[in-house]
Amino acid sequence: MITSRDSGIRHIISIKDFSKEEIDTLLDKAEKIRSVLGIEHSLDGRIVAMLFFEPSTRTRMSFTSALARLGGTPITIDSVEGSSICKGETLADTIRVVSGYVDAIVLRHPRDGAARLASEFASVPVINAGDGAGQHPSQTLLDLYTIRQSMPLEKIEIGMLGDLRYGRTAHSLAYALSHYNATLHTLAPAGLELPEGLTAELRDRGMKIVEHESLEEIVNDLDVLYVTRLQRERFPDSASFTNVAQSYRITPELLSGIKENFIILHPLPRAGEIDPRVDALPCARYFQQARNGIPVRMAMLHEVICDE
Amino acid sequence: MSEEEQPKGLRISPIRDGTVIDHISAGEAINVLKILGITGTTDEELSIATNVNSGLTGRKDIVKISNRELRKEEVDRIALIAPGATINIIRDYHVADKKGVEIPDTLTGVVRCTNPACISNSNEPIESRFEVLPEGLHCLYCDTLISRDITSHII
Repeated sequence: MITSRDSGIRHIISIKDFSKEEIDTLLDKAEKIRSVLGIEHSLDGRIVAMLFFEPSTRTRMSFTSALARLGGTPITIDSVEGSSICKGETLADTIRVVSGYVDAIVLRHPRDGAARLASEFASVPVINAGDGAGQHPSQTLLDLYTIRQSMPLEKIEIGMLGDLRYGRTAHSLAYALSHYNATLHTLAPAGLELPEGLTAELRDRGMKIVEHESLEEIVNDLDVLYVTRLQRERFPDSASFTNVAQSYRITPELLSGIKENFIILHPLPRAGEIDPRVDALPCARYFQQARNGIPVRMAMLHEVICDE
Repeated sequence: MSEEEQPKGLRISPIRDGTVIDHISAGEAINVLKILGITGTTDEELSIATNVNSGLTGRKDIVKISNRELRKEEVDRIALIAPGATINIIRDYHVADKKGVEIPDTLTGVVRCTNPACISNSNEPIESRFEVLPEGLHCLYCDTLISRDITSHII
């Protein structure tokens, strides 16, 4: 988390700003909240701005639901068209004005680094709900939370599958797991591997990274498989997309020899990466992962608003 | 008279008060001025010498700026392209202070982020801000790392 030097306000902008202890504290808080999940009153009378400058149904609904469960009230901008931005106002001005109306701001914005900028101009806490191809810390925290429900985060063997170049959720999760001595097994189509800069950074942080050619060769050794969506537009033609998509598909047959506590996560929405027959298996945790957005986002809102 | 016998200081006349930036990497004087925000339209009286013989580096550039003493934090901004430069503050024809440049921890408003989607490349009232790392410049807004050809991104 970052704390503004002048005001002491705490913001949640990037998973990179979190120490291991801060991650653990937040996940503990989410666990405590989940165990008594219902309506709480810790944010009674508090108002939070949901500034969504690009479409996002789930993140917005889940933050709004989390806020409501804490007793708070949202006020929402859900498109650029409905805001002063279309009149030429800068984000900095919008943030300064909105800061005067609310107790915290949840921001989704198409530009990379927008949340960092917002934290510099806000007089209330800012939570990043995704800025461009940049950071989306609430997703990473709920990914970690879901893993922790099944196993300790220390020293897990995690496989990451799919578009690892552009998939920001995979980047942030890998970064966060570098606090916990995880081993990262990657499986990505040519051209969609983890960016070199990130690989170097993770290795510098002591993470072991192993690249693989096929899922069959690693799946039985994994504790967690994190699947991301392959996007058609990243491939030169339909045929190469179909070929790759086929070879990356998770089926029940592929999972016949997995470890007992093995789990599959996916940030959703999925396209065809996971056979729907897998949904019924105990290792399929992606819908539970989506549900976990509520306690984790409740913990985030509580953390920045109540623990000032 | 051969080149070696020419008296020192003949190529650019000495200045009475101001700043002399010496030992700039050859060919970088114009970029140095650009970074310092000194353009042809500002008031400073300037002398620039490029590709001057130097015992230290073979060739070097020199910039003399009259009637303006550059502050250290201003000068450190040029460290990226002229790490070996020395700064002489001149008062009444004498060197009153002499210092090297140090690469600062962060660079503000000097380099443009190469990521077109970075918020620092929009119409927001902010300047670009980079953390200086051994592997390059790390954008503090969007996390982009610029490791190659940094000078071509100078604003």
